[in-house]
Amino acid sequence: MAGVQINQLHKKFGDVPVLKGVDLEIADGEFVSFLGPSGCGKTTLLRSIAGLERIDAGAVTLGARDITTLQPAKRDIAMVFQNYALYPHMSVYKNLSFGLSLNGVPRREIEERVQNAARILQITELLKRRPKQLSGGQRQRVAIGRAIVRDPKLFLLDEPLSNLDAGLRVTMRVELANLHKRLGVTMIYVTHDQVEAMTLSNRVVVLDKGKVAQFGTPLELFYAPENLFVAGFIGSPKMNFLKVDARTVGARQIEISGQSLGLPITVDMRSELKESSAGQHTLGVRPDNIEFVSEADAHVHGQVVLVERLGTESQVHLTLDDGQQFTVITRGTHPVVANDRVHLRFPAQHCHIFNPEGEAIPRALDAETRSLIDRQKGSQQATGSGEDQ
Amino acid sequence: MGTNPDSAAQRSRTLEKLTPYLFISPWILGFLAFTLGPLLFSLVMSFYDWPVVGERTFIGIENYEIMLTQDPLFWDSLWVTIKFGLFFVPFNIILGLLLAVLLNQRVIGSGIFRTIFYLPSVISGVALVTIWAWIYSHEYGILNFLLGLAGIEGPNWLGDPSWSLLAIVVASLWGLGGTMLILLTGLQSIPKELYEAAKISGVPAWARLLFITIPMLSPMLLFTFITSIIAAFQQLTIALLLTGGGPLESTYFFAMYIYDNAFKHFEMGFAAANSWVMFLIILALSLFVMKSSSAWVYYEGEMKNKENADG
Ligand SMILES: Nc1ncnc2c1ncn2[C@@H]1O[C@H](COP(=O)(O)OP(=O)(O)O)[C@@H](O)[C@H]1O
Ligand SMILES: [Mg+2]
Repeated sequence: MAGVQINQLHKKFGDVPVLKGVDLEIADGEFVSFLGPSGCGKTTLLRSIAGLERIDAGAVTLGARDITTLQPAKRDIAMVFQNYALYPHMSVYKNLSFGLSLNGVPRREIEERVQNAARILQITELLKRRPKQLSGGQRQRVAIGRAIVRDPKLFLLDEPLSNLDAGLRVTMRVELANLHKRLGVTMIYVTHDQVEAMTLSNRVVVLDKGKVAQFGTPLELFYAPENLFVAGFIGSPKMNFLKVDARTVGARQIEISGQSLGLPITVDMRSELKESSAGQHTLGVRPDNIEFVSEADAHVHGQVVLVERLGTESQVHLTLDDGQQFTVITRGTHPVVANDRVHLRFPAQHCHIFNPEGEAIPRALDAETRSLIDRQKGSQQATGSGEDQ
Repeated sequence: MGTNPDSAAQRSRTLEKLTPYLFISPWILGFLAFTLGPLLFSLVMSFYDWPVVGERTFIGIENYEIMLTQDPLFWDSLWVTIKFGLFFVPFNIILGLLLAVLLNQRVIGSGIFRTIFYLPSVISGVALVTIWAWIYSHEYGILNFLLGLAGIEGPNWLGDPSWSLLAIVVASLWGLGGTMLILLTGLQSIPKELYEAAKISGVPAWARLLFITIPMLSPMLLFTFITSIIAAFQQLTIALLLTGGGPLESTYFFAMYIYDNAFKHFEMGFAAANSWVMFLIILALSLFVMKSSSAWVYYEGEMKNKENADG
């Protein structure tokens, strides 16, 4: 069983802390993405797991083995690099077999493993070629093939699709998902592309400046972000934020109000509130959850700056009366045009509330969303069932 | 009527083609006057009996005949040069490569070491020779002093024909900073992910050097191979100043043979013929190495037709 466990991993480059106490528990067979903006430490975390970076503190366990101080070769892992890192002077066959032949794997078995990997990735025809003679997508396959022949307990992939063009990226994404299903091996996938992370992963680790901002299923991240960072990072266009005042009005209810908010909103929370809320809170509403209403029913008012017509939907960019920029998504045929004065309403069930520290106060989810999230979690547990001995 | 504008257009096209050559004309003129000119001139000279002062007479290939058939010094000096090259070329490349690999490690002070190892390549040959004369000196040289401390009685490095050539090889290797620098640049252009991928696959360090570094470095190795051969054949300064060709002509290099014929015996025609023979030998060796290189040199940018066919 080869789940991955990371405890309090710290890493500095010189004086600059890049990873600041990362804790993760990844189940056996799980597909996990590291997602975050450029420079947040995704690659460093991956390389630390691979043993290519010496870590300053913490522990990494793979299966039952503590691999913190092991050489990369001894960790039972394989890694696919962003720029493929194929040996340019070797044929595809040699690229796949090179590591094996130097580790005393018998010739027959090497041949078998290479042919098997080539069959899975459909590169049998290319085995005699040099990397230079391959397209980007083919090189990518060879790089993945080099990982497969190692038959590792853990696959590490660092932005493997980022050098491909958009169309190929979608194709390879599907193939990667199939490959994961077929091999059933634990995979960690680094990306800055949330679509990749959301579509491929059982669970996603959102990293923010060297710390885990949230670790959850894709839908959890979207519907129940745990903090302002995740709320703002997941979803496109971004969630809108407003500074508001909050006060506890019932055991499970918070009322938000404030200068920028014409009418107060009462939001149902998931669980009983331990402490009463006071002070400067943040209200977050996704662009597609906002309604255009009459002036009397509106929470905020503003003026349209730009309408982008995308066919199925229209993205309306506007400036609120207090000067804030807002984005609203509405139906494709909505007649709104630039310079219109508009009135917006935030349905209470779509309001995210964040305390002054930027942490989310968990809101009540409707039955449909809840069951969807539960289903995704369930399928993740099914994949990860191997580990729950 | 139609011909006039046509030829005008043609003329302007010809001019257009000439323009780039006009831009490089200073170089072309310099090349003609100072390189190609003297080169051809020396070829002409080699067919003459051409004393520095006195009558010049055309003697056909007699210079070449004498050299090859009647002058044992020609063969002796050629043999000395070849022996020198057999030591110098491999050591220059292998030591240059080892130094480059060492200096490519990310250790504290590697920048300082790079400078130190390159320093001898910058120092004037005469200064270098003076240093080595002092190192090798039989009676008060530091080498024999140090050997003496270890209880060994050092030989007369420059005075003993069995050691003198080796002493010059070692002194010449002092200038391998240039080779090292070229190879170091090559090493730094190899993507580090190749090594990381190999490390993860469990490829041991010696295999990384043998199967990744050396193939990736092969174009630079080819370059240093050829320049080392040329350097070996042109070896003059160190031997001239350190041993003057002796003892017993054990360090009498081919270049020194040419030098003596030209400036001691003032046989310019004969010396020119010597030079052309040296040129042809270097050319032949270089062509041979180049020819063999397709078997062991890997070029990043190139896609050989052969490979395309079997791919
Ligand atoms: N070898 C290194 N030396 C110094 N700083 C580094 C090194 N590698 C990465 N960093 C720094 O660490 C931070 C995280 O880098 P990285 O893990 O590559 O981010 P990501 O992959 O999320 O874009 C960045 O600020 C980067 O500049
Ligand atoms: Mg990265």
